[in-house]
Amino acid sequence: MNNNLIEITGMTKVYGEDDAAVYALAGVDVQVARGEFVAIMGPSGSGKSTLMNIVGCLDHPTDGAYILDGRDVSQMTKNELADVRNEKLGFIFQSFNLLPRLSALSNVMLPMLYNADDVPDEEAEARAVASLTSVGLENRLHHRPNQLSGGQQQRVAIARALVNHPPLILADEPTGNLDSKSSVEIIDILRNLHKGGATIVMVTHEADIAAHAERVICVKDGKILSDGRDGKNHCSGLHQ
Amino acid sequence: MKFRKIFRSAWEGLMLNKVRSFLTTLGVIIGVASVIVMLAVSAGAEASIADQINALGANLIIVSPMRGVPGASRTLLLEDAYAIEEQVVGITGISAEQNPAPQNIRAGGVTLEAIAMVGTTAGFPDVRDYAVAEGRYFTADEDDCKAKLVVLGAGIAADLFGAESALGQTITVGTTKLTVIGVMEAKGIVSDVDYDGRIYLPLNLVLQKFMPTTMMRADAVRTIYLKAESQEQIPSVIAQTTALLAERHDVDAAKPDFTVQTQQDIIATQEATTAAFRDLLAWVAGVSLLVGGIGIMNIMLVSVTERTREIGLRQALGARPSNVLTQFLIEAIILSLAGGLVGVIVGVGGSYLFGSLGTMRTEIVPLSIPLAFGAAAIVGIFFGYYPATQAAKLDPIEALRRE
Ligand SMILES: Nc1ncnc2c1ncn2[C@@H]1O[C@H](COP(=O)(O)OP(=O)(O)O)[C@@H](O)[C@H]1O
Ligand SMILES: [Mg+2]
Repeated sequence: MNNNLIEITGMTKVYGEDDAAVYALAGVDVQVARGEFVAIMGPSGSGKSTLMNIVGCLDHPTDGAYILDGRDVSQMTKNELADVRNEKLGFIFQSFNLLPRLSALSNVMLPMLYNADDVPDEEAEARAVASLTSVGLENRLHHRPNQLSGGQQQRVAIARALVNHPPLILADEPTGNLDSKSSVEIIDILRNLHKGGATIVMVTHEADIAAHAERVICVKDGKILSDGRDGKNHCSGLHQ
Repeated sequence: MKFRKIFRSAWEGLMLNKVRSFLTTLGVIIGVASVIVMLAVSAGAEASIADQINALGANLIIVSPMRGVPGASRTLLLEDAYAIEEQVVGITGISAEQNPAPQNIRAGGVTLEAIAMVGTTAGFPDVRDYAVAEGRYFTADEDDCKAKLVVLGAGIAADLFGAESALGQTITVGTTKLTVIGVMEAKGIVSDVDYDGRIYLPLNLVLQKFMPTTMMRADAVRTIYLKAESQEQIPSVIAQTTALLAERHDVDAAKPDFTVQTQQDIIATQEATTAAFRDLLAWVAGVSLLVGGIGIMNIMLVSVTERTREIGLRQALGARPSNVLTQFLIEAIILSLAGGLVGVIVGVGGSYLFGSLGTMRTEIVPLSIPLAFGAAAIVGIFFGYYPATQAAKLDPIEALRRE
């Protein structure tokens, strides 16, 4: 079996038409093996989020092939895409995207609402509690998002991404809205997940955050500029 | 995902926004309640009309001059009543009646002004199921010889004589002195007629003494009531009576100057009027239910727009389009069913309340409850479906990007 979880070839994403066409992705080839921790860097507007959204099966490419876990995503129906997002992917957003009126616990239980198998209530709750415990929020189960700090909110979002034990965690600037102390907490959680075997793809602006990844991909103008597995940051100088 | 969970999720969503949920259902509550109340009011009106007409007496057939035919009020005569009594088979009795202008009546020191009088034949108590409580009614012979006798309505007897017995007393009606021989049982007001507040006199006496001779023939009567032996006899009695009177009046039986009706006929005519009224009410109520449904659709559409990001997020977490559709549809259905339920309670309560105020009679139509409730459910599904499809159609990435 192929050890690549993600295989992307010749991917383009074009917004607008003709003269107004914007190539958010202009021919991207990338493979991510199981168990890798990849950071994607690049200036604002370079196409990082576009790539993440396609990898996360939230968006469709204009052209190119995307094989996720051995399956061709372009051939999937809407329902299959939904099931993939539910079972295979855990998405962490820059803006947390918690439902403001639900408690931390209910937010974390949300993905299980859409599981193919009907998880019994007690089990669902136990799993959500375990997930929140793993991010250190066992004492905040019944807090609403607005009663939590930014770092805590992002940890709730991570707990939500983890609750279905997906093989792939996608994080688009997870520390973009956080102070440095919270950023360190978040990155520590991601590193532990990685140690536990999860594949992680993370977009970040910050070189010291990217330094925690074992591989850094630099993107500019919808193209991959560099792809380094040596732990060095080849993206310096791209941020002017 | 299982229905139970989505239902709970929809319910929780609504509970988190109680005020808006309540306001959304208000239209349905008002719609359902008004359907029930309005049907109860018109059913009450129909029932009271039917009661009043049935109170005239059982197996009653009513002969009256044809309304709207010139001169017809002068062609129905006392002789017609006698002819019917003699010739028509299947009746137990008749009562011809005439109502002269009200008169002042005096007894001892008491004067009662403008008291309604009825001249009747001797069959009146039997035909009209209206018994004499004290004393007796006058006989056919006493009627024939215009005996100066009177039977008092219960209220009149009380007003004139109080606790004292009225029997044998003399009262003066206009200028005529009459002897009281009986007091009728208390009957109350039926069909706007205060039976207790009238006095009952021999018809022949009334025709001679109390009717103005200029306009009327002195022997014209207002109504002839026939009591059929049984329900089954009624059609035959009607046929015989119609034929007999047509011959006596020398008119075509198809174009008579009189009408022969049963209570049921009268109820039916009355119901035709109330039915139009009821239909109007039902339309008004139906329209308000529709408006309630549009209210739900409106709020659901607003809610879909407001919650676009939430929908995008749910999709990102694995919600299928059908899950999103179901959630919004269930929200709409819960809203309308809850509205329907509250509406039924308000409608039933309101109907009882209106009824107990005493100004109108209400009778809850049992069918109106499932009808209104079902209509509310349909309204919820119908008006919830469009916003729900709008929500399900959203592209996850578009939805997530929306602010
Ligand atoms: N929905 C969209 N419509 C039009 N252009 C878009 C849209 N989303 C992104 N873009 C354009 O695509 C390019 C890449 O955007 P994005 O992937 O968000 O960049 P990054 O996440 O690296 O900042 C930008 O030029 C942006 O303006
Ligand atoms: Mg971005």
